Amino acid sequence: MKHNQRKVIATVCFGIVLGMFACKPKNAGDAVSSDAAAKVYVAPGKYDQFYNFVSGGFSGQMSVYGLPSGRLLRVIPVFSVDPEKGWGYSEETKPMLNTSHGMVPWDDLHHTELSQTNGEIDGRWVFGNANNTPRVARIDLKTFRTAEIIELPNSAGNHSSPFITENTEYVVAGTRFSVPPDNTNGDVPINTYKKNFKGTLSFISVGKEDGNMDIAFQIQCPGVNFDLSHSGKGKSSGWFFFSCYNTEQANTLLEVNASQRDKDFIMAVNWKKAEEYIKAGKGRKQAVKYAHNKYNDKTHTATSDIKTEVTVLDAKDFKDLCYFIPCPKSPHGCDVDPTGEYIVGSGKLAALIPVFSFDKIKSAIAAKDFIGDYDGIPVIKYESALYGEVKKPGLGPLHTEFDGKGNAYTSFFVSSEVVKWNIKDLKVLDRAPTYYSVGHLCIPGGDTRKPNPQYLIAYNKITKDRYLPTGPELAQSAQLYDISGDKMQLILDFPTIGEPHYAQAVSADLIKNNSVKFFKIEENAHPYVSKGEGTTKVVREGTKVHVYMTCIRSHWSPDNIEGIKAGDEVYFHITNLEQDWDVPHGFAIKGANNAELLIMPGETQTLKWIAEKPGMFPFYCTDFCSALHQEMSGYLRVSPAGSSTPLMFSTGKNMPPAEAAEKK
Amino acid sequence: MKKLMLIGMIALLAAACGGGNSHTTATQTAGSDGASTSGNPSYDPNRGEGKFKSVEIPATLDAAMADGGGKIYAVKCGSCHKTTEEKLVGPGWKGVTARHAAPWIMNFITNTDEMLNKDPKAQAQLEICLVRMPNQNLSDTDARSLLEFMRKNDGVK
Repeated sequence: MKHNQRKVIATVCFGIVLGMFACKPKNAGDAVSSDAAAKVYVAPGKYDQFYNFVSGGFSGQMSVYGLPSGRLLRVIPVFSVDPEKGWGYSEETKPMLNTSHGMVPWDDLHHTELSQTNGEIDGRWVFGNANNTPRVARIDLKTFRTAEIIELPNSAGNHSSPFITENTEYVVAGTRFSVPPDNTNGDVPINTYKKNFKGTLSFISVGKEDGNMDIAFQIQCPGVNFDLSHSGKGKSSGWFFFSCYNTEQANTLLEVNASQRDKDFIMAVNWKKAEEYIKAGKGRKQAVKYAHNKYNDKTHTATSDIKTEVTVLDAKDFKDLCYFIPCPKSPHGCDVDPTGEYIVGSGKLAALIPVFSFDKIKSAIAAKDFIGDYDGIPVIKYESALYGEVKKPGLGPLHTEFDGKGNAYTSFFVSSEVVKWNIKDLKVLDRAPTYYSVGHLCIPGGDTRKPNPQYLIAYNKITKDRYLPTGPELAQSAQLYDISGDKMQLILDFPTIGEPHYAQAVSADLIKNNSVKFFKIEENAHPYVSKGEGTTKVVREGTKVHVYMTCIRSHWSPDNIEGIKAGDEVYFHITNLEQDWDVPHGFAIKGANNAELLIMPGETQTLKWIAEKPGMFPFYCTDFCSALHQEMSGYLRVSPAGSSTPLMFSTGKNMPPAEAAEKK
Repeated sequence: MKKLMLIGMIALLAAACGGGNSHTTATQTAGSDGASTSGNPSYDPNRGEGKFKSVEIPATLDAAMADGGGKIYAVKCGSCHKTTEEKLVGPGWKGVTARHAAPWIMNFITNTDEMLNKDPKAQAQLEICLVRMPNQNLSDTDARSLLEFMRKNDGVK
């Protein structure tokens, strides 16, 4: 009897345990198969197969990961200051963060896009957008540094950016927050949105050889929220597609008021046509103010120009420039498949995915198959543009990437999953859970003509229990899936910086061999360069003191500086004389109220330092450089204002003899 | 004590500088004798490791080339090497062309890391200086010009 009872209890317990496991399908252990570790293991000293350029979101920076290991390789400072690298603190880099509002030390980088040639990634540059104070940055992939930043007038909340055309002819920037244009009085009641607010799309041209950016033209559109965009490809080359929400034109409680209409729009823009109109002089010149900042690798210095004019086309004045396509429920992602025929709109609040056909859009335009207009822009009939709908794919579709094998992968924020579906028959093929609430997706080349579909990365918005807890704030989680087979397989979690939005990935072969190892000292054209210790000096110009300094393993020259007076503005112009890879020197001086410098081999960088009060101020190298790194230091003596201490500088000499000077 | 050290140093330097022949040959090729000291029979410690096997050395100085070398010295070498016998970060250059064969010098300044990892004389110097000599990315011509500057510094006319 007793024995039997025990048996029953044991059976019941076993059942309960089983049941507990069965009821927790979204458990990490269940989702990962046993060969995952081998798939992401990159042995010590071996390289990753892909570079992954990930937006840093509210960090304002761009991070570079290796895949499949998920190892963080570098954080490239872009829109936010970075005291570690002196970015925005050195005299040379300060102009990079200049805007029409003055120096802006922070921004919110949402999307990354690699430059393309013939619709394929060419590995030359990666672009990033600033969402807050609207700007676009170009990062040079030879140096992995921000080479250029251009501000966007008539804009606010630069979100549908920095997506590019197939030959990087243009980077686009569509404004998320419509605002009164810069040349009008912005001091108007907010509830005059419908009358006074406009949405602006900027087309930034990119120099074929040098990558230099310039605002070629802007298209002024009705006041709505432009959200995301993608270029046409192949047959749809010459067109750009932008998703927009808040076609209700609400100016308050958008959460409710911008979710009223059953359908918002995807806007198709014929940018080739826009080019023709601009060429024909149909654009209107508008007075604006925006900053254009460029970094020069020869002078190692950035310049900032304030520009004062843009050319604008008013969308409503040109009947064949822009078309609205109805798209259900506040569309977010707007993605074009590798053939250029299918345009996928993802309604954030929808439970289906509409897929539009470029051929049908063209026919509908030719046949004027419109249901009316919206603020003067023709609206194509939904059914006439639609290829078909993916039925019941999940809840809250956001973004879609492609594998080039006829499949699409869409992220679902609300139902926390990635869904793989076939573009032709619109059937769901597979679904994989994400942890948790996925935003963007990335497949290497997944928004180009030629995807490289080995992996898919999901960038999640919620982390919760994925890592060891670190207080209220957690690292955002990214997840790597192997998509080489029919079924998606989760193989890795890795934490990211800031909050990642869009990301791009590319085969490392396209980039790694072009990486600059050092800057040639012979080519250094910095106005304050010291080419050799023999040329180092300290020059006083009134209360400004210029220190021409060199560094090499492991000393500064000069390393004894006297005769600085309280109140002086001291500029340390430091040239790193090293000519080898991976030998930066870092410069720090006590009391600096800005940051350190990190000076790459062959480069000159400048730190401004105010001599606040008399005393002794050591400086030293922050970047461990040799066995005698701890010896790499020096002293700067500050005397009272008006004192007669002569200006002196030296290295390796004691002058004047220490005791003699003391006795005086 | 200091005096003793000084005498010792002079003696060391004299030893290092001794045995140099006057420049009568047209080509300086590193000899193969003494190869056994590296423990690697194929390694020639007089030549070092690198692309330079033999170097054409004229009996007289190429003044223009030496001046070019001097300019490179000022930018890339002078921070650590004096032209006297005095050691700064690295050894002084006085007498360097007598201490080392021309191919060894040119290999060392162009193929620095490999030499530091392999060459007994370079390693012995590293034990004294403790700072690995930076590879300053010199071209072949730069290296030759620097050698000419060293020759000039050592009194070749």
